[in-house]
Amino acid sequence: MSNAEQHKAVYMEEASELLAELETSLLELEENAGDAELIGRIFRALHTIKGSGAMFGFDDIAAFTHEVETSFDMVRNGLLPVTKKLIDLTLSSRDYIKTLLDEPESSDKQRAGEIIYSLKKLSPKTIMPDDVKNSPAPPSPKGNESEKSVTYRIRFRPPVDIFMRGINPVLLINELYGLGECSITAQTDAIPQIVDIDPESCYTYWDIVLTTDLGTNAIRDVFIFIEDDSEINITVLNDSSTSEAEAGHKKIGEILVERGDLTEKDIQKALRKQKPLGEFLINDRMVDAGKIESALAEQKHVKEIKQREQQKEQPADTASSIRVASDKLDSLVNLVGEMVTVQARLSQLSSFRNDPDLLAVAEEVERLTGELRDQTMSIRMLPIGTTFSKFKRLVRDLSKELGKRIELTTEGAETELDKTVIEKLNDPMVHLIRNCIDHGIETPDVRSDIGKPAQGMVRLSAKHSGAYVLIEIMDDGAGLDADAIRAKAVEKGMISLDAELTEKEIYSLVLAPGFSTAKTVTNVSGRGVGMDVVKRAIDNLRGSIGITSQKGIGTTITLKLPLTLAIIEGLLVQIGIEYFVLPLSAVEECVELTRQDIANAHGRHLANVRGQIVPYIRLRGQFVMDGRPPDIEQIVIVGIEGRRVGFVVDNVVGEHQTVIKTLGRVYKDIEGISGATILGDGTVALILDIQKLVQTAEREEVRG
Amino acid sequence: MSIAEIIETTQCLTFKLEDEVFALDIAKVREVLEFTTVTKVPRTPDFMCGVINLRGGVVPVVNMRLKFGMKDAEKTVNTCIIIVEVTIDGETTVLGALADSVQEVMDLEPDQIEPAPKIGTRLNTDFIKGMGKHDNKFIMILDIDKVFSADELALVQGTGGSRTTLDNEI
Repeated sequence: MSNAEQHKAVYMEEASELLAELETSLLELEENAGDAELIGRIFRALHTIKGSGAMFGFDDIAAFTHEVETSFDMVRNGLLPVTKKLIDLTLSSRDYIKTLLDEPESSDKQRAGEIIYSLKKLSPKTIMPDDVKNSPAPPSPKGNESEKSVTYRIRFRPPVDIFMRGINPVLLINELYGLGECSITAQTDAIPQIVDIDPESCYTYWDIVLTTDLGTNAIRDVFIFIEDDSEINITVLNDSSTSEAEAGHKKIGEILVERGDLTEKDIQKALRKQKPLGEFLINDRMVDAGKIESALAEQKHVKEIKQREQQKEQPADTASSIRVASDKLDSLVNLVGEMVTVQARLSQLSSFRNDPDLLAVAEEVERLTGELRDQTMSIRMLPIGTTFSKFKRLVRDLSKELGKRIELTTEGAETELDKTVIEKLNDPMVHLIRNCIDHGIETPDVRSDIGKPAQGMVRLSAKHSGAYVLIEIMDDGAGLDADAIRAKAVEKGMISLDAELTEKEIYSLVLAPGFSTAKTVTNVSGRGVGMDVVKRAIDNLRGSIGITSQKGIGTTITLKLPLTLAIIEGLLVQIGIEYFVLPLSAVEECVELTRQDIANAHGRHLANVRGQIVPYIRLRGQFVMDGRPPDIEQIVIVGIEGRRVGFVVDNVVGEHQTVIKTLGRVYKDIEGISGATILGDGTVALILDIQKLVQTAEREEVRG
Repeated sequence: MSIAEIIETTQCLTFKLEDEVFALDIAKVREVLEFTTVTKVPRTPDFMCGVINLRGGVVPVVNMRLKFGMKDAEKTVNTCIIIVEVTIDGETTVLGALADSVQEVMDLEPDQIEPAPKIGTRLNTDFIKGMGKHDNKFIMILDIDKVFSADELALVQGTGGSRTTLDNEI
């Protein structure tokens, strides 16, 4: 890739992100029309798209975005009110920019013209376009009232008995970090000799320099609980809005005097011993006073500029981050996976050798690998909120198209999931949400007739549950009609007329290919493709789908997805000479199974665990494996969907860091095995899909 | 693939099953391994040996004897696994082929290769690219993509073993 192309690729990526942000902000703005910060954010996004676009040769984008930006400049200056029309137009502009970005050849110049024309029509009086063109400078400081930040100097001397009150000063100071950029110096001069120290007292006090735009009250709030007993001095050091008038930096002596650490006299005394560099130079007749003066002026100016630049950059990158290509990340994960395998081998070896030195090293490596693994995995984790906000637009547009009024609420947007999972989740979620809107939620008239609020609701929520993430898509629409589904399934020959099905089984029929009960096929959905695609996509992610519904009240679809696709904690078990891994997150306990126990249960596959009946599956039988089981077998009891089911194995080996490898195409439809992993000695162990195993066993049991 | 396509010298890796010599296009062969521990995947047909660890990757292994309807044999020092790259449904997949022994890499001129007869090979003729002659012996040149085609391996999927009678504790 040439340099220019590389830059273009970076721009494309950045622009897509900005467009996504633009969309979210616009949708938010629709709800809070007056929010100046949102308007600022939108303006900045547009401005950056335009600016960088022009820089990297995307002239069409730059020219078009410029027009949109002009409108938003007026909004920002209060000349143009935020209306639904404006938001609609800006959203379509955003879509147009996206097309320009993705497929510039197919761009539709006429559409651009229409959008711009409509935007211009919105403006109260058409401002001379040239006038605006000449000022493409970044937003002037006046415009961003909210960003004005002030630097404070705070001296915080907590009462000596602060610890006794259960307050940790470090937490308070950490809270200050949350307010803005902050530098802290701990003053330790009050700490007495070690013999006099009372370990439960606090002798330290702190000098804090904090730059924040939140005002003094916010700072006072941090110390609110101990304000009365502590010494808290807050002074304004420098107000950035007046910084141009004031000198940029203070000298150390001035600072010390202001803080009251020194008197003016002390300073003078000390200073008398030393002359500024300039004076030395003049005395030695190397330069004249005028030159020094101008040099000093320059110095001051540079400092000021630097300061201003820093202030400008601050809001842009609050969280410092770098952009990494995802394939680099993938190869890192692969390497960590191999590392984990090698580490397992080392641990195994060292436990055989019984060499304490080797053991110590192996344990250290184990700890490090564990941390490395967790860190690497966490790099790949992204909050699901980005996906959620995409759906806002979907709901907005679809409900408009179908003449329904629908509100989308989200919950748990901060829930983190593996990047790959999130990417692959997008399409199935779109399908499900479309279903909710099209089939689920009724039109406003129907809704008011049956006494529901006219505005329908779709709720997306995400939450952690063990090693899984649960994503719920809930609507308050018509719900699934179990009878209709049943009738349709009989008609399609999927079930027999007299088949007895639980409600859950009936609902799961809709996941079958080609199944749709919608009477009319709409543009959006109803063709009977969709749910099976959703199911396949979720299966590929090793997740599962649950459907609950109440006719007339609504439907909830729950997607259960593993946190990560790469590494899990597993329990290694042995049957005959083969090894298997069960996901440790599901394992509840292990109990013994003796011949006597089996005899007591009359050969039925039921175990008595502290008075509770636990059915079990004999894996040896399930997998058709030869050989005799040992006299005492082990039952690994796992929890699945609120039930307890046992798996009988010969021997439980122990915990195992399991790097998941797929079995590949050839074995892709094997039931009950979800993948493979490599053990310390280099052999392969299979990972059991306990949910599928239980389902298969149930099915076979019914057949007899 | 018909014989008409073989117009250039073909480089083949030959291997033995029982006393017969088979050949594979060398371009399809990635490497040859000694026999190692193979982990059987439950409820799969016998000809699917299982999976092995190939430098951190999991690779399925097919027992060629069983695949071609021959009797299984004891493993010897010569038993080996030929790692091949096959294209299944347009995707490149790595597979292992378990063979009795590997012979040599040989050049076969186009005139040494004849189309496979429709009958008499005791094999699905789709599997055979052509018959080579070498030192008065026949060599069956396999079309490995066909041998491991999706349809052939689809057999792997249907054979969920019936509920077993090996529950020998009862």
